[in-house]
Amino acid sequence: MDCDLNLKATELRLGLPGTTDAISPPKNNKRSSPDSDSAPPPPKAQIVGWPPVRSYRKNNLAEAESGSFVKVSMDGAPYLRKIDLKVYNCYLELLEGLEKMFKLTIGEYSEREGYKGSEYAPAYEDKDGDLMLVGDVPWEMFKSSCKRLRIMKASDARGLGCAV
Amino acid sequence: MDPEPKKPEDSPSNSGNSHGPVHPQSPFPDEALEKVLSFVDSHKDRSSISLVRKDWYNAERWTRSKLFIGNCYAVSPEIVAKRFRRIKSVTLKGKPRFSDFNMLPLDWGADVYPWLVMFAKVYPFLEELRLKRMTITDEGLELLAKSFPCFKALSLSSCDGFTENGLKAIASHCRNLTEVNIQDSITEDVGGGWLSCFPENFSSLEILNFSSLNGDVNFDDLERLVSRCKLLRVLKVNESITLDELQRLLVHAPRLTELGTGSFLQELTPRQYEEIETAFCNCRNLQVLSGLWEATSVYLPLLYGACASLTFLNLSVATTLQSGEFAKFLAHCPNLRCLWVSDTVEDKGLEAVGLSCPLLEELRVYPADPYDRDHLDGVTELGFLAVSRGCPKLHYVLYFCRRMTNAAVVTIVQNCPNFTHFRLCIMTPSQPDYLTNEPMDEAFGAVVKTCPKIKRLSVSGLLTDRTFEYIGKYAKDLETLSVAFAGSSDWGMQCIMEGCPKLRKLEIRDCPFGDAALLSGREKYEMMRSLWMSACSVTMKGCRLLARESPRLNVEVIREEGGNEAQALKVYVYRSVAGPRQDAPPFVLTL
Repeated sequence: MDCDLNLKATELRLGLPGTTDAISPPKNNKRSSPDSDSAPPPPKAQIVGWPPVRSYRKNNLAEAESGSFVKVSMDGAPYLRKIDLKVYNCYLELLEGLEKMFKLTIGEYSEREGYKGSEYAPAYEDKDGDLMLVGDVPWEMFKSSCKRLRIMKASDARGLGCAV
Repeated sequence: MDPEPKKPEDSPSNSGNSHGPVHPQSPFPDEALEKVLSFVDSHKDRSSISLVRKDWYNAERWTRSKLFIGNCYAVSPEIVAKRFRRIKSVTLKGKPRFSDFNMLPLDWGADVYPWLVMFAKVYPFLEELRLKRMTITDEGLELLAKSFPCFKALSLSSCDGFTENGLKAIASHCRNLTEVNIQDSITEDVGGGWLSCFPENFSSLEILNFSSLNGDVNFDDLERLVSRCKLLRVLKVNESITLDELQRLLVHAPRLTELGTGSFLQELTPRQYEEIETAFCNCRNLQVLSGLWEATSVYLPLLYGACASLTFLNLSVATTLQSGEFAKFLAHCPNLRCLWVSDTVEDKGLEAVGLSCPLLEELRVYPADPYDRDHLDGVTELGFLAVSRGCPKLHYVLYFCRRMTNAAVVTIVQNCPNFTHFRLCIMTPSQPDYLTNEPMDEAFGAVVKTCPKIKRLSVSGLLTDRTFEYIGKYAKDLETLSVAFAGSSDWGMQCIMEGCPKLRKLEIRDCPFGDAALLSGREKYEMMRSLWMSACSVTMKGCRLLARESPRLNVEVIREEGGNEAQALKVYVYRSVAGPRQDAPPFVLTL
């Protein structure tokens, strides 16, 4: 499957370089993304102006569906920022980008313990509205399901990303 | 249009005549008449008054201070300036409603600038400007800001054309501003910096709504503004304002009657939670609540303290709301009269509405995901039924659903026979009754037969001409009709044009109505505000014929690229005393 190849290149993990442990599935009870289950549905032709929903509302939805620009908030900061996920190729690049943007350090990720050794931990809101820890799912899956990013205080982030 | 059989020189359009203090047939002097008329507010009443006789026409025009123009192209600034001399408040509407759904090309028109130029000359004491579906540029906003020293209220609904710079001019120059109300406006990203441009001694604001503008704001400046405007009663912020910021604003404005929150997604410390809860509890006068972007169950309870007096709850952008938490929330809002929700609350959520909101008069259910045709969630006929059972006062519904049955609608209108506005949108075009596979004719037939007061109707689903027979025959009070993907032949539209005596606005798309249907209404269009027909079977020939026969109608065809030359794919017909548009772009042909 495509996912395996991506995982290897971009997964954040503790361990010696060169080891090839089996990749464990995302540690949550959410249903798997439709992407991995079946062939993508055939594109449906969209009728202009139908259903008759205001453009303003459509903008709300378009933002949710286009997926590449996402808002980033940081706990305690008054402004949000926006980043384009398309610009990054892997978690490492994304985290570096966030560190630069907000002038902070994010600790190292481990599957079991999340982000250790820093004040902040990156979380994101996915398509279902759930708050997830960045890094748990394969990068491509993350990119397509991430609606919004949130840099939380590490103390608040305990409990995210733990096995249920 | 002069229904009174009068002598020709008494025609109302003849405005040059002078009048003496008392007319032979008039029982009272003009001064008395003017005094009495100064109490008449409604523009419809004033219109009727102006048609009675010449001296009444003149008295009316001298005393009118509020101008309402439902179609900016039905009249011209020059004509208005000549007739009315003392206008303080203007409401102007521009584009046809389908422009909200991207069916009109950009630069179609409805630019308010020429009107502003005229107002600056003739109405220097202008206080209010309310625009709907018009274009207002930064130049326009600057002209507005600098030309009217008494200017108080700006309301822009579904408008476009402006940026932050125009709003900065308003904030900087309008010393007596009480209202800045921007709703549903379609603009490029409009920054929030204008909120920082109000002078330090400015404190007159009573209404501030920037919820539909998505730019980030300088929160400190906003907080200072709110804290010094002691009369603020309506505050609707945008999504960039967080919960704890909102709390700080609420501390300064506990007397709010209308609140639009910012984002509801935020991790709060227990202390923050308590502070926000207290702030909401202190809002004892709240009648209207909206915003709540990304509201989830975790923080909805924060609002409970503010809900006792709520009459209008707008959760339409809270698209993460689920039925369970929504039901719990509703239990705290017993006085709701008007509710707007996203269809993520599903039928179960609507059952809770039926149980908790006995006073409900208006319900709107919007689709969270309108373009995903595979999506099977949302609401069905069951939700609508549940509401109709529990809310006998219901008279206004806008309902987007993925399936419906004739039987359900028949029951719904039996439960709620007082419908004035029935807007049903079955989202898949031409979809039949999903149980019987029949057309939805009987559903809308039931609506018009059972609800004598129906004023506005939007139909959908698989519909034959029978639906229009019913509407034409029974909907005697109908004023606005929206039709899409419906009908079988010209006869359908003819039924409407020959029935529905009070019809004012008709908008049709993707229906098999052709020239015969279009021309069947030739005598009616002058009594209507407008007709829109797109993707029907109307031809240029038919449109030209209509135009030729009706000098007081503007028949406009919007030309699109690559269309068949003989077809008229987008037709907009409206009555006008101003003649053809002077500002029509090249793709709009006036015939």
